[in-house]
Amino acid sequence: MSNILPVVFDGIAYGSWLFLMSAGLTLIYGVMRILNVAHGSLYALGAYAACSFAGAWLNGGLPAAGSFGMLLLAAIVVGGLVGPLLERGLLQWMYGKDEVVLVLVTYAVFLIMEDVIKLVWGVDSLLLPEPYALPGNFSLGGLAYPVYNLLLIGMALVTGLALVWALYRTRQGKLLLAVIHDREMSMAMGINVSRFYLATFTVGATLAALGGALTAPTVAVTPGIGVEVIVLAFAVVVIGGLGSLGGAALGALLVGLVRSATVRYWPEAELFSIYAVMAIVLIARPKGLFAVQEARKI
Amino acid sequence: MNAVLTAEGLKKSFGAVTAAANISLAFDADTVVSLIGANGAGKTTFLNMVTGYLKPDSGRVVFDRRNIVGLSPRQITKLGVSRSFQVPQLFQTLNVRDNLLIAESIAGANDPQAATDAALARFALKPYAHQQAGLLPEGIRKLLDVAMALSSRSKLLLLDEPTSGVSADEKFAIMDVVMGAAREAGVTVIFVEHDMDIVGRFAGRVVAFYDGGIIADGTPDTVLRADSVRRYVIGDEVPHAAA
Amino acid sequence: MKALAAAAVAFALLIALALLAPQWLVFMAMLALAKGVVVLGLVVLMRTGLVSFGQGLYFGIGAYAAALLSHQWHIADAAVMLLAAAAAGGLLAALLGLLLARYRDIFFAMLSLALSMILYGLLVKSAALGSTDGFNLHARTFFGIAFASGMERRVFLIAGSACAVVAALMVHRLLDGHWGRLASAVRDNELRVSYLGASPYRVVYFNYLIAGTLAGLGGALAALAVGHVDPETTYWTTSGEFVFIAILGGTQSIMAPFVAAAIFETLRTIASQYAPNVWQMSLGLAMLAIIMFQPAGLWSLAERWRRSA
Repeated sequence: MSNILPVVFDGIAYGSWLFLMSAGLTLIYGVMRILNVAHGSLYALGAYAACSFAGAWLNGGLPAAGSFGMLLLAAIVVGGLVGPLLERGLLQWMYGKDEVVLVLVTYAVFLIMEDVIKLVWGVDSLLLPEPYALPGNFSLGGLAYPVYNLLLIGMALVTGLALVWALYRTRQGKLLLAVIHDREMSMAMGINVSRFYLATFTVGATLAALGGALTAPTVAVTPGIGVEVIVLAFAVVVIGGLGSLGGAALGALLVGLVRSATVRYWPEAELFSIYAVMAIVLIARPKGLFAVQEARKI
Repeated sequence: MNAVLTAEGLKKSFGAVTAAANISLAFDADTVVSLIGANGAGKTTFLNMVTGYLKPDSGRVVFDRRNIVGLSPRQITKLGVSRSFQVPQLFQTLNVRDNLLIAESIAGANDPQAATDAALARFALKPYAHQQAGLLPEGIRKLLDVAMALSSRSKLLLLDEPTSGVSADEKFAIMDVVMGAAREAGVTVIFVEHDMDIVGRFAGRVVAFYDGGIIADGTPDTVLRADSVRRYVIGDEVPHAAA
Repeated sequence: MKALAAAAVAFALLIALALLAPQWLVFMAMLALAKGVVVLGLVVLMRTGLVSFGQGLYFGIGAYAAALLSHQWHIADAAVMLLAAAAAGGLLAALLGLLLARYRDIFFAMLSLALSMILYGLLVKSAALGSTDGFNLHARTFFGIAFASGMERRVFLIAGSACAVVAALMVHRLLDGHWGRLASAVRDNELRVSYLGASPYRVVYFNYLIAGTLAGLGGALAALAVGHVDPETTYWTTSGEFVFIAILGGTQSIMAPFVAAAIFETLRTIASQYAPNVWQMSLGLAMLAIIMFQPAGLWSLAERWRRSA
């Protein structure tokens, strides 16, 4: 039992992080039918911005606890600026194109942003250990675990619940569900679809940046950190069913647990296991766990 | 008589909706049969079950003395059952000639190019041969859809509303071309139609659907005059407004 | 006939290049050729309406197959390597195609990506294959004939050119006839294809097989050029590069993949020299420009120019 507990805890922590990443991705796909490759760049931007913001805060000799607030601020600033910039400046001209073409468009954005990040922050690694080290450790089955991971799990829970509340309990959320269900009909009924697209993309971008900002204290922030993340998030979203929030949560948890188990018992298979899960799920359910199969009417 | 296609006790429901309630029908060779009925009466469902797009919950469909339930549309097409669609199913980015050429090549025509030219002529599509299928007017799209269905191996041709979406003055011209080509090819025709003038003019037999079942079956004269058909299919006759 | 003449001219030019050009150019040409072959396969898929974000899988399989021959079994013959790589790519595609041919659109793209990432995950962790560093390969003969050092790569370029020209001609023949129209038909309307009596699954399957075989061949060519293989060959960014080249060239012509690959390699060489930090950005901007203004690829520009001339 004491063997299992850390594995489960690791899995849940990793799954929480994955959920933050994939919630935005699946939301954007669900509403806008864009599988956003640039999600990985937004993640990277969030991480870099977090280093800058929190670094400035700490260098200013302000109370270290405030650096957590800086992480959140970084995510909001990145999402709030870059999200609308991309949606208004580029994506809005692309609606109606084939889904695969939209993948290519966001892939192009991803390539551009990779270099933008290098130009702004340089190619050296950035470190931001304080927020991670500050809360200290707690003991789990005799092993020391960082409290920071608890914060991560908490953030994922709060984010998930907030999204569910916003979608199902608010007027705007219900209108958004109508847009997801039938775009043409929603437009005909006078819903300002364009505004919902902007809002969705901004929220999705903020979530990606939040994922990055919360990761920044745990790793060395280097160019290319978004590259791997994006395919991981894809895997999670595809496992859950494109566009399904619940699917993303389940997929994230599944991948998180599988990964922590393989890291523990069969470390060579770490990456392999994640994509193998994805392949197996897609073989069994070609559109993911939570997607409904639609028949074409002829 | 020698039946080309026989349906025996076909049943199909979608949740609480019954799309086919025990349908049994036999179609004789070289006849032209029209299926009529209000929207949702089960006409298209019947075509979909015959061609393998939908699997009936129970019942048999016998074509050429063989039960074809469970076969895919592709397999059934290969046996000689072809169909057109309410919304024409074309290769939108290809031109009319290539659309037909693909159909004839798949059907295994000895000389696909010649067969394509013949089809272009038969369906009066020559002037459109090099136009992109996605940009054609609706009437021409309908014709092309039928022309693709009526490739060299069809024995039974199913037409799903061949004149819907086409202006009233074009309907007869289109049906003349379609029926002429079908007669020339010697195929049996089953067509779904809402325009009773077209039905009366082209069908030798009419089957009326209502609520997943059959309420009348016979010659156009008898079926179109039957009370149940007038009430449930045609609706109360509205006196024509003075022209 | 026209295609044959074009192929002969291209082959002659490549031979001249192989014999006369400086080593660095021979190296670049080989890489361009390798990528061109992979993209040729991708174009076959795109004609069918499918974009694979995982051709790196077969590229990597081909490269590792060639390298393993040299490393494990001490077979240093380039011809054997090329054949084995194409066969390995083809075999794997024949297997995975059974599954992938059921998928379309974004699901096809993402599942092919996932499969390539599985291989990446395996290679990165496999110590016997050098993990992330990969390992070297040595090819010294071609059909058993040994060449003076310095000449090998030139001979391999000629061999690669021969493979590429033959592959391009075969693909051209295939796509120019019924099979090519059928592929477009599957892209446009699978329902109609089924209702005409053909199997969209089979069309997708065979085109996937072709793409896998060609990517395997391309992988071996690249491995011969570089003399080294590593897991990067299977990473999704490598696959993305192939997609980029395919978009750059467009799917109209069989020559387009090779021309686009040559442009790509040239630009990359220049960029890595003078502007390594804006290389990806330029790629991204170029890609956006093509999607917005020239969706049929640069090749259509050439066509238009030729028609108006």
